[in-house]
Amino acid sequence: MAPQRFLRQVLPVLLLLGILAAAVYATRGARLAPADFVFNNGTEIQTLDPATVTGVPEGRAIRMVFEGLLVAHPKTLEPQPGCAESWEVSDDGLTYTFHLRKNARWSNGDLITADDFMWSFERFLDPRTAAEYAYMAWYIEGAEAFTTEVEDGAPKHSFDTVGIKKLDDYTLQFHLNSPTPFFLELMAFYPMFPVSRKNIEDAKEKYPNSWSREWLKPENIICNGPYVVEFRRVNDRVRFKKNPMYWDADNVAFETVDALAVESYTTSLNMYLTGAAQWIDVPPANVIQELMPREDFLPIPYLGSYFYRVNVTKPPLDNKLVRQALSLAIPRQAITESVTKAGQVPAYSLVPPGMAGYTGAEMAHGSSYEADLARARELIVEAGYGPGGKQFPTIEVHYNTADSHRDIAIVIADAWAKNLGVNVKLLNQEWKVYLDTQSSLGYDVSRSAWIGDYADPNTYIDLFMTGGENNKTGWGDPEYDRLVRMGNSELDPAKRMSIMAEAEALLMDAMAIMPIYFYVTQTTYSPRLGGYYPNVKDEHFPKYWYWMDDEELSAKRAAYPDDGRHEEVKAWGPSEGLYPPSHPKARNGQRPEEPQEAR
Amino acid sequence: MLRFLLRRFLWFGITIMTVMTVSFFLMHSVKGGPFDGERKLDPVIEANIKARYHLDWPLWRQYLHYVGPFNLDDNRALFAEDSDGDLQPWRSSNPAGQEVKAFGGVFAGDFGPSFRYKDFTVNEILAESLPISMLLGTLSMMFALALGISAGIASALRPGSGIDLSLRLAATAGIALPNFVIASFLIILFVFMIPLLPVAGWGTIQHMLLPGFCLGLVFAAYIARLTRTGMLETLSADYIRTAHAKGLSPRTVVLRHALKGGLLPVVSYLGPATAGILTGSLVIEKIFFIPGTGSHFINAATNRDYTLAMGVTILFTVLVYTLNTLVDMAYTLLDPRISLEDE
Repeated sequence: MAPQRFLRQVLPVLLLLGILAAAVYATRGARLAPADFVFNNGTEIQTLDPATVTGVPEGRAIRMVFEGLLVAHPKTLEPQPGCAESWEVSDDGLTYTFHLRKNARWSNGDLITADDFMWSFERFLDPRTAAEYAYMAWYIEGAEAFTTEVEDGAPKHSFDTVGIKKLDDYTLQFHLNSPTPFFLELMAFYPMFPVSRKNIEDAKEKYPNSWSREWLKPENIICNGPYVVEFRRVNDRVRFKKNPMYWDADNVAFETVDALAVESYTTSLNMYLTGAAQWIDVPPANVIQELMPREDFLPIPYLGSYFYRVNVTKPPLDNKLVRQALSLAIPRQAITESVTKAGQVPAYSLVPPGMAGYTGAEMAHGSSYEADLARARELIVEAGYGPGGKQFPTIEVHYNTADSHRDIAIVIADAWAKNLGVNVKLLNQEWKVYLDTQSSLGYDVSRSAWIGDYADPNTYIDLFMTGGENNKTGWGDPEYDRLVRMGNSELDPAKRMSIMAEAEALLMDAMAIMPIYFYVTQTTYSPRLGGYYPNVKDEHFPKYWYWMDDEELSAKRAAYPDDGRHEEVKAWGPSEGLYPPSHPKARNGQRPEEPQEAR
Repeated sequence: MLRFLLRRFLWFGITIMTVMTVSFFLMHSVKGGPFDGERKLDPVIEANIKARYHLDWPLWRQYLHYVGPFNLDDNRALFAEDSDGDLQPWRSSNPAGQEVKAFGGVFAGDFGPSFRYKDFTVNEILAESLPISMLLGTLSMMFALALGISAGIASALRPGSGIDLSLRLAATAGIALPNFVIASFLIILFVFMIPLLPVAGWGTIQHMLLPGFCLGLVFAAYIARLTRTGMLETLSADYIRTAHAKGLSPRTVVLRHALKGGLLPVVSYLGPATAGILTGSLVIEKIFFIPGTGSHFINAATNRDYTLAMGVTILFTVLVYTLNTLVDMAYTLLDPRISLEDE
């Protein structure tokens, strides 16, 4: 009976202690002081290492804590000075020289010099770093060979063969393979941001086995952006703290910023509606109509394109006429008006609007959907199907499992069946399986989307080069490849854009992809948020943000156009505002002391 | 008791090895990998990434490395390539002459780095999220027990009465309604209509009330039904009649004598219920934005985060197994006729 007595007397006590310990542990540090600004980043970030990520949420976090040679303008996204205060481009467009600012520092107080960039670029391109975006820097001379040619587990060539040179401590020069008109934009792209050599080398010494994680821990990471990391909790938040060493700290308003990892759109909206977050990336699709008239939801065109890839290797889709017919019969207007509803734009080309100087080449289409349908029926007959011709085989529309994609697929399948007499089956697959099916061409027609990396048509046109990893259609045209290569080495911007448009016209005639609609931004944010600009990349920079006081907010509201789109709602944020130290309205009206000279 | 525990421990080892092996190979046989994304990688870059995470190794070698106890990483490889490129046992052909690190992998309690959340190890993620899930689970379990048992007793004392009927109806509704429906309803009520509680998040007691309630409700309903059945059976037993005949107060009879026997079905349900709370908390964690382990259980699988998915699976196996053992031990407390030695 002894064990029973033990159980009876000790077990409940142990259990109770366990619960108490769990309670204390699970809620430790939980009573956080609320951050000055809270936004929903949409998901947990994969890493804070700028060299190894590709996602949008990661980009948002990395731009908080790191800064490249250049940064994007919050409104126009044009490259502007970051760590570099000025730059020159040679006449042949092959050499870029950057002059670093002399007051830029790491968060540990060290000055940022050309060596930091040399070391960071070497690390970024090194195959052992396994940077997903490494190819973005392959426009630089020797960079591709440095990343791709390996001998005994190390790069075969020395970094000296790469066209990045240090002229002096504050001057860097880049030599390119061919003129690359969007090179400056690339330099403002987060994978090119530097990391601290001291940071990583210290970690290697201190944690020989786990340094690849340890250097990024809040207690170790050395940043050069407007913020540093205060703490991270997986699936909860990253808390950022203002970096006092940042060269432009005087213009940074928020002392603390939280990036939440809320994945549920509904929860995200709920948190926004109760003020627990003041900026959210996407609201649930079923409330879009209710949000549309509000002043805190103002969708604008976004650099994203929704389209269907067509497997051109599989009959009957190997027939161009069939592809054209199917594409013409997509009810684009109906999809944007009754399915997506947030003001998306029906698309007749691949490249979305918003690329400076570029006019896309649209697929051939009539003035109305009815006209398009009539033409589509003709094309089907021309291709030898339909009345008097062959029976059209069943086509499968393939998409990754999600309500939004299913709804669009149903509308399209219905239109094809009703108007062209084509039998359509729907096939949904879990995300990773769907990706596998797509790259192995195991589909007929497959839902796709692409968000531009930079505001240049090449970010889209480049995808469909013959045999490209992201082509995934089996389509290829030597003339198209030639045009893209020619366009990318053309120095005259206007000529370059017209060559790109010529290439797009080829793609739109071949209909290897069927455009459906162009995205709009769907961010919802407190009207009190100042310094915030919706832009085509939906890329934002909390560094410029501040809270307006009531006076400024009323002035903003007074200037609203009377268009039924600016219904006033509760404006989250402090009514007295929160301005950066450099602003006359900064708290107490006093400017804080200049940052102390480090060490 | 000791023999019982020893036998359980042996089975524990077999269970864990089976779960680990089966899920490892199942997971790797599913299409798609942790680094596949909308943007397909350049082949060279993809090879670099795979090499970094040993995904270029043959599967059996990845498995041995993962399980341990030998750490096959890099030049500490247990097998090395000989001049013909074939794999040979390390001891005869280790070129660098380095020592094999004796312990690594799951056997050393090391679940490896997460493939998705690259800045964390699986151990770190579990250490952070498990206490949160345990606290939430315990809270909802305590709530489920308190509500379920009292409702069950109330029902059983007056079977067929109005109270019994309405409680049974409520229990059926509790089982039938999915917890996300209840959660939405409660959020509308207690957050938007009567602003009492925070809508989501984790940290204070207020944050735990709604999710704890929603998570526990369905279990409360089951427990109420089980208690009712168990109590009805016990209340008609001979020893209860004896107790009444002894002149004990009805209160004492019910709470001290009948309840012990009447709760046996509830106790046996606690094992599966705990498993259900652990794995079923996914939805609640998502709705209320709670950084617990439940969401990793699903997300890791969809992300093909092999190590994290394995870690959560193994952890859940250990928890469910341990709790089931505890439940079996608790039996002996409640029913003197059951002895673990006879098993």
